[in-house]
Amino acid sequence: MGKIIVKDKSIVVPGEVLAEGMDFLPAGGVFREDERIIASQIGTVSINNRLVKLIPLTGPYSPKKGDMVIGEVNNINFGGWSIDIDFSNFAMLPIKDATSSFIERGEDLSRFYNFNDIIVAKISSISKPNLIDLTMKGPGLMKLKGGRLIDITPSKVPRVIGKGGSMISIIKEKTGCKIIVGQNGKVWIKGDGFESEKKAVDAVKMIEELAHTEGLTEKVSEFLGGK
Amino acid sequence: MAYERKDRKLDEPRKMEARVGIIKRADGSAMFKMGDTIAIAAVHGPRNLYPRFMQNPKKGILRVNYNMISFSVSERARPGPSRRSKEISMVTSNSLLPCLNLHEFPNSVVDVFIEITQANAGTRCAGICAASMALADAGIPMIDLVSAVSVGKVGDKIVVDLDKKEEDYEGGTTDMPVAILPRKGEISLLQMDGNMSGDEIKIALELGKKTCNDIYELQKNALRDKYSGVKK
Repeated sequence: MGKIIVKDKSIVVPGEVLAEGMDFLPAGGVFREDERIIASQIGTVSINNRLVKLIPLTGPYSPKKGDMVIGEVNNINFGGWSIDIDFSNFAMLPIKDATSSFIERGEDLSRFYNFNDIIVAKISSISKPNLIDLTMKGPGLMKLKGGRLIDITPSKVPRVIGKGGSMISIIKEKTGCKIIVGQNGKVWIKGDGFESEKKAVDAVKMIEELAHTEGLTEKVSEFLGGK
Repeated sequence: MAYERKDRKLDEPRKMEARVGIIKRADGSAMFKMGDTIAIAAVHGPRNLYPRFMQNPKKGILRVNYNMISFSVSERARPGPSRRSKEISMVTSNSLLPCLNLHEFPNSVVDVFIEITQANAGTRCAGICAASMALADAGIPMIDLVSAVSVGKVGDKIVVDLDKKEEDYEGGTTDMPVAILPRKGEISLLQMDGNMSGDEIKIALELGKKTCNDIYELQKNALRDKYSGVKK
């Protein structure tokens, strides 16, 4: 019979032994060595019956199918665009998924998305760990004009969005800004003026800093309301 | 020649300090201080690797750059890569690789920059300690942290964590940097400069392992402190 060595929800570092015994199963962020389960990243432990999992507190973005991401056009190729989505490899946006309008043979592709354009796209497929295909077909997927783009740690994106989008809708409501959060840790903010944009940026930065604390929604609404 | 260590015990390392997340623009960063030796490490990546012929489609590569800042030593060090810094970059890279899992990042590179801002012997060990914390801070999957310390023989005594004064001791010095993966006790770096008998090496290694375990605890606490929101 195995035993759990660390407490649930505690912060662990790579190489720390989480559990002993073959009756526990390793999930994301951990691995098995002999009979022990060991953390491979910094994160909080989550124990669900026999499943030992690690929720990372830091780390690079790991793409998943169906993620909405914000990226920058890096290159225009024959078959489409290559997009920088803050991953170690560029993602591909093929012509057929790029736009609903008709593209003639030999047409200038920069008419649709030019270099340095910022787009919101969805990951349509991942083949092998490094070949990512994007699509622009879907609700809310578009080219972004104006506004400002800030970076946050990808592992803190769920906190910025909140449960069922609660956190992000508070910021939207209080500042009157348009906000789009990409799963890759990019946040696009556009408001009526500098003041409201600055307020929204500060709120997002604050969430990133205090992501591990509880009662964050109240803190944020207090921060936005009192200012 | 009989050597006497005045400021601390023979098996006692210098005062150590570790801090994580000191460079904002890097993906991961750390500082490791050992007495008067200070190493800063910054990790960038995994990111795209160019030139293209260096890419490995099976796994990512690790690129380590060790640099001594010109004001880190009493006599100005000539800036830029040297024979020494290239060798240390290579051995550091080799000592960090066994703990990293880079299979998830094919065709890309993880860059580690180690800057020595103040040197008083044992810089490669401080650099390795800082780099392994910075890699963990960057969120690269690792099987363990790496801890390193130099052990050796000064005169007739086997000591741990030599400082510059001891390295230059007239009665003869042997310097042996050791890096280990503490959980399993595997050695990932072992160099030696000087003479020691087989038995002496065994004693020194045991001493090194013991000190590395202390360093390991320090590294773990520094990492935990950053992520549990403890401000220093």
